Amino acid sequence: MSNLSLIIWIPLLPLAGFILLGIFGRKYVGKAAGLLATATMLASTLIALYIAYGYFTQYAGNYPKLVPVNYTWLSFANGLSINMGALLDPISAMMIVVVTFISLMVHIYSLGYMKGDERFPTYFAFLQLFTFSMLGLVLASNIFQTYVFWELVGVSSFLLIGYYYDKPSAVAASKKAFIVTRFADLGFLIGILILSYFSGTLDFNTMIGSLTDPNSVQLQSAASHTFLGVSALTWGAVLVFMGGAGKSAMFPLHIWLPDAMEGPTPVSALIHAATMVVAGVFLVARIFPILSISTPVVLEVVGWVGAVSAVIAAIIACTQTDIKRVLAYSTMSQIGFMMFALGVSKYGGESGLGFTASMFHLFTHAMFKALLFLGAGAVIHYIHSNEMKDMGGLRKYLPITHITFLLACLAIAGVPPFAGFFSKEEILLAAYENNPAIYYIALVTSGVTAFYMFRLYFMIFWNKNATVHHEHHHGEGGFAMMLPLLILALGAVGAGFIPFGHFVSSDGLTLESHFDLQFSAAPVALGLAGIFLAMWMYKKENNKPQQFATALSGFYKAAYHKFYIDEIYLFVTKKIIFNLVGRPAAWIDRNVVDGMVNLAGNSTVFVSEKIKKFQSGKVQQYAIWFLVSAVLIAALFIYVWK
Amino acid sequence: MDGSTIIFYLLAGMTLGCGFLSVLTRQIFRAAIYLLFALIGIAGLYFWMNYEFIAAVQIVVYVGGIVVLIIFSIFLTQQAGDTLASPKLGRALFSGLAVFCAFAFTMLQIWQDGFVKAGTAGEPLTVRKIGEKMLSTEEGGYALPFEVISMLLLAAMVGCIVIALRQKPETEEIK
Amino acid sequence: MQPGLFHILFISTTLFFLGVYGFFTRRNLITMLMSLELILNSVNLNFIAFNKYLWPGQMEGLFFTVFIIAIAAAEAAVAIAIIINLYRSHRSIDVESAEEMKY
Repeated sequence: MSNLSLIIWIPLLPLAGFILLGIFGRKYVGKAAGLLATATMLASTLIALYIAYGYFTQYAGNYPKLVPVNYTWLSFANGLSINMGALLDPISAMMIVVVTFISLMVHIYSLGYMKGDERFPTYFAFLQLFTFSMLGLVLASNIFQTYVFWELVGVSSFLLIGYYYDKPSAVAASKKAFIVTRFADLGFLIGILILSYFSGTLDFNTMIGSLTDPNSVQLQSAASHTFLGVSALTWGAVLVFMGGAGKSAMFPLHIWLPDAMEGPTPVSALIHAATMVVAGVFLVARIFPILSISTPVVLEVVGWVGAVSAVIAAIIACTQTDIKRVLAYSTMSQIGFMMFALGVSKYGGESGLGFTASMFHLFTHAMFKALLFLGAGAVIHYIHSNEMKDMGGLRKYLPITHITFLLACLAIAGVPPFAGFFSKEEILLAAYENNPAIYYIALVTSGVTAFYMFRLYFMIFWNKNATVHHEHHHGEGGFAMMLPLLILALGAVGAGFIPFGHFVSSDGLTLESHFDLQFSAAPVALGLAGIFLAMWMYKKENNKPQQFATALSGFYKAAYHKFYIDEIYLFVTKKIIFNLVGRPAAWIDRNVVDGMVNLAGNSTVFVSEKIKKFQSGKVQQYAIWFLVSAVLIAALFIYVWK
Repeated sequence: MDGSTIIFYLLAGMTLGCGFLSVLTRQIFRAAIYLLFALIGIAGLYFWMNYEFIAAVQIVVYVGGIVVLIIFSIFLTQQAGDTLASPKLGRALFSGLAVFCAFAFTMLQIWQDGFVKAGTAGEPLTVRKIGEKMLSTEEGGYALPFEVISMLLLAAMVGCIVIALRQKPETEEIK
Repeated sequence: MQPGLFHILFISTTLFFLGVYGFFTRRNLITMLMSLELILNSVNLNFIAFNKYLWPGQMEGLFFTVFIIAIAAAEAAVAIAIIINLYRSHRSIDVESAEEMKY
């Protein structure tokens, strides 16, 4: 396929849009900014679909890793250079489709949602920047390029979360997101340095090649150097995973995610469905061969971190009352599923099922989670509140939103034949075969998932009748807002039927996935049980939830307060780090460092106070001093220094 | 003692005496006149040393230019018959002492130095030769310093005009 | 005694320090300027004397003298412009009246 180099236009179009809107948007483009950005996004999506279609049809069955574009940016040594390029393999082909498609949906939706906003062009410029960064990240052929775009994703998420910068909570949330992910990125950077130091390259393909070959010099030296009893290779892999965990909001670095809901709702959809949070999963998938072949220990860590995040987030989600926060925790839980699916996978063949399942879930999750967020956006747009207690009985007012939201809930709950069912089944199957402990955790979590999603659903659309105190001056929102909902609903229903194993697998070969009805019985039953429990508790307004809350008071409170993880962080940073490190450092800064500076300054002032009398303004006095000094110096030269 | 020696001593006496009086007199106009005679004495010494060109320049520039300029500025700034304030005694004593020490020191150095004669007498200096050398761009020519000095004179002229320009009334009031 | 280099150097040194003494003790700016002229002239005399007695074939001392005279003329003109300006603003040309340029 000769026109593979078209691939660079996929990220470049949004970049062009960003530059255009960022520089000229507010003055010259104005209202047309949204349409312009949507047009670039549409073009980018079409190219991505074309490229992916061509790739998957041409190489059906055995997918190579292609590098259609590669530009050497900084060259350090032979083999060690920072490149800017595009790497096309099954996962990046899938990711460009997901990212451009979801971003397109969000763009269209934003046309309606953000209508009338004062900084409309700026908003779209940020969206374009965000999409550009994410596309650059998934296409990166070089781990350093990944890092560059990784940080760009961080910056643009900072801009978008803090979009309403006159709201203190939004400012705090964007700072929090930035700092937490930055902290994780520090690990990522060190990991990159370790891995590239030992492999002698930054290029993904070469690095994976040399670090997975058991006979290679690089692997042996990386494995033989140890620090704190752990080999350098393991350190590198763990630190890279730390970066991924920070971006993907894995426990315990997840604290930024719920607060990130302060941004506009379409942005939340973009962050949670397609871009920022799946970056971590994508990164782990990218270096998956290294993890699974050379450092299975790290893969174990990945699996457990994913499983713990999944269950904790699911429990917290059951108690939250802010609709977007529930969705945020559900995202965290689903990302946890993807992570542990990678964690329980092995490289190649049948045992690589987890890898395929993880990517499959990433794909389906992008569909229904975007749908959920956009639906939530429509609800919030209608009711002007994020709190569930202000909602209820909205099914009469928002029929389209209601139906699409229900479909998404069914999908995420894993009810057949919706999208989530297939991907979740594969994940559970992979976990069952490799790590039963994680399997049982996941099984319970998927039941809890069904419960909290339907709790959300019933609370919004059934339950009591909301006191809609504002005039019905607008209905569900315009065509622009409904169209993405409908398209995504199609995706949420139909995405599961894609034979994903044919396209994406750990080793590039086709993987035949098979469904076992007996195996599916347990998770589906649990999911249905969760749904019915939610229906029983929340369909009509009653005091059952209250009773449950009081019965489980301690646990409920802990979950409601997100298991006090934020408080623990605050305690560690404020009490321990500030007091033990910050304050002494501040003291030294104020008294020793500043003291030295002040001493220099003060002594200068003191001396100049003393000698300023010489500067009397009396010319003749100066002249006398001049003569005396000149004579003395001449005498010194003549008699003393000859 | 031949005539040349007598003339030298006369010129030296005139120069030093007038210089001395010019520095010490209490009347500013007389100081200017004494200065004039001291400068004429120096011009005479140039004549005595057979440097007629320099002597002429000395008379034209100093006597005809600078001293006249000084006298004009005295007219501009001084009331007739004013006597100058005498210097403070302490200042005068200290300056005198410092100057005397420096003078003694310098004379000692001159006395001790042998001053070896390095060149041989060449052809006599003519104005033509000086002019050729002044505008020569060959090695040892003085064309570049000549041009630099001309620039300096131009700059000084512009500077004088700018400084001495009458300022606008509102700035003049500020004292 | 036949007058020679030493005599002329004596004259120039005396003139120089007379000028310096005048520069130290005079309070009127114009008389200070006159002292300055004496100092410059003594230097010129030195150059000419050295040229005559030590390097008779050369012309360097002569040219230095010419240039110093030119510079002295420029300097005198600028100085007098400044003095007149000072007189305009202070109604006095005492050094004490120009003592504002200090710390």
